[in-house]
Amino acid sequence: MLLEVDAVGRSFGGVQAVQSASFGVAPGEVHGLIGPNGAGKTTLLNLISGLVRPTQGTIQLRGRRLDGLPPHRVAALGVTRTFQNIRLFPELSALENVIVGAHRTRRAPLWPRLLFAPTAAREERAVRARAAALLERVGLAERAGERSANLSYGEQRRVEIARALAADPAVLLLDEPTAGMSRGEVEAIARLIRDVAREGRAVLLVEHNLELVMGVCDRITVLDFGKVLADGTPAEVRADPAVIAAYLGSDA
Amino acid sequence: MGQQIVNGLFLGSIYALFALGYTLVFGVLDILNLAHQAVFMLCAFLALTLVSLAHLHILLALPLATVAAGLVGILVERVAFRPLRGRADSNVAGLISSLAVATIFESIALGLWGPDVSRFPLGTVPERQLHLGGAVVQELQLVIIGIAVLMVLGLTFLLQRTRLGRQIRAVAESGFAARVLGIDVDRVIALSFFISSALGGAAGVLFGLAFNSISPDVGRSVELKGLAVIIVGGMGSMPGAVIAGFGLGLVETFTVARFGSSYRDAVAFAVLFLVLLVRPRGLLGQAATRVA
Amino acid sequence: MIAALQELFLTWQSAIGFVGINGLLALSVYATLSCGQLSLANAGFMAIGAFASALLTQHTALPFAAVLAVAALLPAAVAVPLGLPVLRLRGVFLAIATIGFGEMVRLGFVNWDYTNGALGLVGIPQRTTLPVVYLLLVAAAFLFWRLRGSRHGQALEAIREDEAVARTLAIDSTRYKLAMFVLGAGLAGLAGALDAHLTFMVAPSGFGFGRVVEMLVYAVVGGITSFIGPVIGAAFLTLLPEVLRVLGELVGVEPGPLRQFLNGAILLAVILFLPHGLASLPRRLRRWRERRKGVALAA
Repeated sequence: MLLEVDAVGRSFGGVQAVQSASFGVAPGEVHGLIGPNGAGKTTLLNLISGLVRPTQGTIQLRGRRLDGLPPHRVAALGVTRTFQNIRLFPELSALENVIVGAHRTRRAPLWPRLLFAPTAAREERAVRARAAALLERVGLAERAGERSANLSYGEQRRVEIARALAADPAVLLLDEPTAGMSRGEVEAIARLIRDVAREGRAVLLVEHNLELVMGVCDRITVLDFGKVLADGTPAEVRADPAVIAAYLGSDA
Repeated sequence: MGQQIVNGLFLGSIYALFALGYTLVFGVLDILNLAHQAVFMLCAFLALTLVSLAHLHILLALPLATVAAGLVGILVERVAFRPLRGRADSNVAGLISSLAVATIFESIALGLWGPDVSRFPLGTVPERQLHLGGAVVQELQLVIIGIAVLMVLGLTFLLQRTRLGRQIRAVAESGFAARVLGIDVDRVIALSFFISSALGGAAGVLFGLAFNSISPDVGRSVELKGLAVIIVGGMGSMPGAVIAGFGLGLVETFTVARFGSSYRDAVAFAVLFLVLLVRPRGLLGQAATRVA
Repeated sequence: MIAALQELFLTWQSAIGFVGINGLLALSVYATLSCGQLSLANAGFMAIGAFASALLTQHTALPFAAVLAVAALLPAAVAVPLGLPVLRLRGVFLAIATIGFGEMVRLGFVNWDYTNGALGLVGIPQRTTLPVVYLLLVAAAFLFWRLRGSRHGQALEAIREDEAVARTLAIDSTRYKLAMFVLGAGLAGLAGALDAHLTFMVAPSGFGFGRVVEMLVYAVVGGITSFIGPVIGAAFLTLLPEVLRVLGELVGVEPGPLRQFLNGAILLAVILFLPHGLASLPRRLRRWRERRKGVALAA
């Protein structure tokens, strides 16, 4: 397993948001994380990305402990994410957002730039080109120069995905990437997720759109009230009586 | 000893009143109003003018000046804060716009009353000394402590028991939610500024009476102390501001008695600094460090 | 007549010197503002640089360049242990904690007999020259210019916009914030040394809360979307009182209160009506003119 979540728990002032959750994600795998509202999905992503510290359990990436590390160290090890309530840098352009995402992959020191050395300019051109290619990949090539606050909802979500990919992550965490998107956009995102996995990255997908989840995921973990209710392939999860009772039965 | 305690409580009561107004606006708007000290100063001058030119009794001049200070507060909100609402940089911009207003107020005071120290005429306040169990205490000090305590109690009643108080607390909790609940947020903010500035103004008059010296820059020293008090008490926390205000008054008085007056001002900031490092949310306050 | 002209030149010469020094101070506040941190410790750092340099000049034979280096490095060194705990605070809390630090430094000097307490040091030789001031200002501006758009400059912008998100993109925000805090401290210390060796004196009263607010006002009035704004703001606000004074003399208006009033009113107008500062004025005018042209063509 690339990413291993083991018996992780987190409580907020006595409320157990996540309770002893365990699952693993392999390279090249799309792993769905579903459950009713308040099941603890977003909290789990926050725990993995280091924004919140677990009160119990361990999280490992290639056998290295992530829990307890600050977010920038987690990201440096190769885990990046998107946010449910889109959080782009509003004053920066779409392209600049993606370029910031590439921070992890860049080592350029400042002094060549102070001396106007050509290596600095070359490095910047390469990063720009890579960022532009990523925007093209999410279908936003012609919107690159737009201030991100001026982009539509769906466009902002796609910029966020491009920004997270710019870090060349081993694990990509997506928090409801298709919320508020049109049908055509959702299909494009589904294709993108499959492509990303095919590159050998692990994708952990939190999503309400069950059709998308069932279509795109290799494995699914179902959460309910902070606990893992079921874990398996889409077919297994769909057939699980506990899942049907707790979630699918009422919702879908 | 008893005398020192009275001295400390007396100084602390002025700090507490000043800081209460400060922290009220911070609680409601999350913004520091740097014009607060200028209102403090203007109100002291106004009371002085009412007493020396209009020959009003100080017990009449004090409430009049206090109400005037409240009205000035509404003006400050209108000019320096309302136009910035909704702007991304409203925090820093509000600091600067209120500072600009403070500069304007100070220039007005400079023009009207001149740069020198002004004083209340003799006999404005009682000058009797009282003997309380061995300590010699000025009657004025006790009156000032009494007025301050009454105003604190009045504010507590207002916030806890009245409709306006509940609305203020709702806006402080979340301006958006308050709006959804049908509260006229603009009106509540304006009234908060009225109350805040009235408290600051009253503190100014009492300060002027206590030290009998008022100048256009008299508010500046109190301003920084007020900052220290609301931080130590916990930003936005009213009980915290009162406790820290009285606490600072006591600590300063005892520092002067023990180490001499040159260390008086350093104490406030040393305490402030330590509190921020050890307990960033202050004694009774919300979280000051980022969670995520 | 000649004496009067000479005096005029001398007053303006020092004004031009202050424009440069205040530009450095504005940049020192801009350093932390550029990553979204409102730190107001800079009057304290300035005091450390000013006193250290004055003592060195008075008690050693060090060349001025070495004195300036110490004046920049000493506050920068103080900024490291101070910044580590303090930069954890956010928004107004950081501002107030750093005000507290500044006041402690000032009161420390007030109570320190070695530097003559509240009176401070006088009779410091004038070693600051206009070329030195402007060389350092240009160097600082150059640094900010090259930082902009670099990997580090983009990381700073990201932190300013949303620190938590920047951290999830592998940006070590603590290190960046600390670096800018230290840079700001160094610039403030440098400006303090230049100021001390221009005005012949250093006194603790020159490093109070009012001083740091002044620096912040330069930066914000000029505009903090780029490093140019603070420099423009410092120049504008340093020259404004001089200009008002001259105008006042011409019109025959009593200075003092009115000048202060206009200062405040202009500050208020800029902050309310020019949110991106004076530096955005040319662009605004251009847009306004284009719109007018558009209207004229349509008509």
